[in-house]
Amino acid sequence: MAEGIAILTNETFDETIGSAELPVVVDFWAEWCGPCKTIAPILDEIAAEKAGVINVAKLNVDEATDIAMRYQVMSIPTLIVFKDGAIVKRIVGAKSKEQLLQEINEIVC
Amino acid sequence: MDKQDNHKVVIIGSGPAGLTAAIYTARANLNPLVIEGTPSSTSNQPGGQLMLTTDVENYPGFPQGIMGPELMTQFREQAQRFGAEILTDKVTRVDLTQLPHSIWVGDPNKPEPTYHTWSVIISTGAEPLTLGLEAEQRLIGRGVSTCATCDGFFFTNQHIAIVGGGDSAMEEAIFLTRFASKVTVIHRRDKLRASKIMQDRAFANDRIEFLWNSTVSNLIGQNQLEAVEVINRVTNKTSVLDITGLFIAIGHRPNTDLFTDQLHHKQNGYLLTKPNSSHTEIAGVFACGDVQDDVYRQAITAAGSGCMAAIDAERWLESVGHG
Repeated sequence: MAEGIAILTNETFDETIGSAELPVVVDFWAEWCGPCKTIAPILDEIAAEKAGVINVAKLNVDEATDIAMRYQVMSIPTLIVFKDGAIVKRIVGAKSKEQLLQEINEIVC
Repeated sequence: MDKQDNHKVVIIGSGPAGLTAAIYTARANLNPLVIEGTPSSTSNQPGGQLMLTTDVENYPGFPQGIMGPELMTQFREQAQRFGAEILTDKVTRVDLTQLPHSIWVGDPNKPEPTYHTWSVIISTGAEPLTLGLEAEQRLIGRGVSTCATCDGFFFTNQHIAIVGGGDSAMEEAIFLTRFASKVTVIHRRDKLRASKIMQDRAFANDRIEFLWNSTVSNLIGQNQLEAVEVINRVTNKTSVLDITGLFIAIGHRPNTDLFTDQLHHKQNGYLLTKPNSSHTEIAGVFACGDVQDDVYRQAITAAGSGCMAAIDAERWLESVGHG
């Protein structure tokens, strides 16, 4: 996993999201999810390319099921973009790097 | 990506058929280019339908079974080992009317194609059918799912349903009982199409129940699926089934949109190949895997037909002086 991707847990999620100065893209994922593995390297690249503009973080839904439930995640991968602690975008399903960048750029530009 | 390349073989699609064709054509020093598709949560992605399965138990050589995505990773590595070039992108247009054939990725309206190639191996596979209901797209990821292995977890201790009666439907139903308290199989006929072994496993599973002669006529729920309306095809009576998740496994359609008007189809849409071969009616264009197979549709038959396409392409290239 690339540097600069925060691993969120039940303990750190609220504080990290609440106090972030940049928009945070949270990847809700799990070990058993094939499409999650497909987009993992793409997210590594996006995190590196958009450093200083957005933060990318990961939340394992097996370990943080309550948080996944709280945000009504019913399909993974789901990417939720938080800005000032509030949801500004929800992207469901694996997509190509171009499509993901396009959706993320809509928020941060 | 504007560079215009000349290839001997371009393979469109990267399931078992396409990657087997890549292994064989790469080993024949034909430097194949595989245009593998782009990531998605449907089977329309690199690796194809096996990317959404769990245990593959009937692929020879793996006595303990192997995970579908793992199997496809190994196919891909094997193709790369012999020099196959793999492009993670989608073909947006083809012109098979003259040699060399023309292939576009990206903007299909560009005057010049992205690639020229003497032969094309079509292995674009098939994608799952959807119910065609109005609310379906809106509720995907909100209770309606096309991927049991991705989404089953979120229905822990809930009552869910699956539509379909084939092997995939039974495999997914059994998988979903790991999480769900009850899985209702909604099937339009009074018996299953699935193989005997899958039927036996499904019937033996006490978390699975069956709703025969039934089809889903409506999805209920604004932001999240709350119930489905089911119509009994024999009595014409409508009932409501309260479920939080609906999985759809009602069969497939071949991915032939790129080739409409250029290649002959069977009546059901599958590409037509000459008997006992992978030749289409256009010289230098070959089809293999699920895009042309409406009978067997297995990973092993797809791989076998990919091998046929590679050998057919190799011999054809040789015959026209491009081997």
